[in-house]
Amino acid sequence: MNNAPQRPDAEVARRMSRLTRRSFAVGAAAAGVGFLGWLGLRSASLEDRTPWPLRRMLEFNEKVGSALFRESALAPDFGADRVTEPRVNGWIGLGEDFDPARWQLQVHGSDGARPRFFALDDVKALPAVDLTTELKCIEGWSNVVHWTGARLADFAAKYGFGTKDGRPFEGGGRPADLARYVSLATPDDDYYVGLDAAAALHPQTLLCYAMNGAPLTAGHGAPLRLVIPVKYGIKNLKRVGTITFTDRRPADYWAERGYDWYSGH
Amino acid sequence: MQRLEKKHPRAVRWFHWINVPLLSLMAWSGLLIYWSNDVYRLGWGDKTLFKFFPDGFYDALGLGHRLAEGMAWHFFVMWFFALNGIAYVTYTFLSGEWRHLVPNRHSFREAWHVVLHDLHLRKEPLPPGKFNGAQRFAYTGVVLMGAGSLATGLAIYKPVQLAPLTALLGGYEWARFEHFWLTVGYVLFFLVHITQVARAGWNNLRAMITGYEIVTAGEPSHE
Repeated sequence: MNNAPQRPDAEVARRMSRLTRRSFAVGAAAAGVGFLGWLGLRSASLEDRTPWPLRRMLEFNEKVGSALFRESALAPDFGADRVTEPRVNGWIGLGEDFDPARWQLQVHGSDGARPRFFALDDVKALPAVDLTTELKCIEGWSNVVHWTGARLADFAAKYGFGTKDGRPFEGGGRPADLARYVSLATPDDDYYVGLDAAAALHPQTLLCYAMNGAPLTAGHGAPLRLVIPVKYGIKNLKRVGTITFTDRRPADYWAERGYDWYSGH
Repeated sequence: MQRLEKKHPRAVRWFHWINVPLLSLMAWSGLLIYWSNDVYRLGWGDKTLFKFFPDGFYDALGLGHRLAEGMAWHFFVMWFFALNGIAYVTYTFLSGEWRHLVPNRHSFREAWHVVLHDLHLRKEPLPPGKFNGAQRFAYTGVVLMGAGSLATGLAIYKPVQLAPLTALLGGYEWARFEHFWLTVGYVLFFLVHITQVARAGWNNLRAMITGYEIVTAGEPSHE
């Protein structure tokens, strides 16, 4: 450019306005395309209260998250000095017409399979596991909580759930016919969560009966709740009534209300 | 005598302007999420100088009770924001454009000169070159902030799978705090940026749109 003969100012001004017009035309077209994209996303039909392209992206993110998921990656275990009392953030599924004395855990080995029933002592008979992990709410707050319970993986292995032929699997090994999903619901079915098997059988996923050294209170899900540190708080179902091992992607209370089904950490 | 001189490569202009709606959408959807637990403030002890954010702010922009929507948008746009930023950084390195952007050994002195000049405390003209020292710090700094937003965002998004990253950033709650303040940083950057662009005038802004600047003979070239 420096070697080019210098043009008179009027010619420079003409060339500049031509360039400017062209750039504005291209810019306006690009902005128009962007704006149409925005309108399209805003008006796309809803799937579980979320515009379907955003829902597809959540599912894509889930694929990426599942592919990168490592069972060996553990939620950090904190010291006792950081333990706090979490708030009771919801009462859905915790209706008052509930008698803990008559509670039983109902477990389906597969969709439509006849349920088997378990008492709290059947869970407590499994090796007790203590965790001091961070409970993280999608709202943005978190609490370090001490949990005591039995691994869901140990429960499935001991009582022969999770595989289609009912053959118990050893912790760590994952048989080819492992159920793809696990569903949990409150006894009244008002609150329900769907989990991928990898998260459900993660070594830190507990059927939990004690919190911060004391038996669970009603507000925190007595007599038995799910603790799953690889998921947001919304998946940590309180007052477990039913567990179902299934190959069908289970319904999820909050996913139906616009949230990510996977919600995994 | 005047001439047209190429200033900003086409790719840089596209990355720059595409980033405007992407960063805006990330900040907007971030606010939809932040509303659910809006705990940050300026202050100490019981004294709060400014709460992020006053209720009127949420009401005026309609940001309340939209957590699910905010998360869905945030985790949609994040890919485009990240890819655009990565493409920009890759381009500036491969093209050699980084030499105009990364601070060098003159930049501290120049940046100080620019600050004094802009405060009308020093009369000498601004240092020549495509970007002065203050711009080099600002434009490199804001890219590092972008990398910081990605890192802190990932630390909040996958705090178990990426536990070492989250720990490096001070833990889950610190990472959220840092993620928030980086966004406040973009707002401050934006305010200074548009003020300086307005002061620099149309020829300068037009160069970011067309790629060309009108240069009067005798004035120093960008190169």
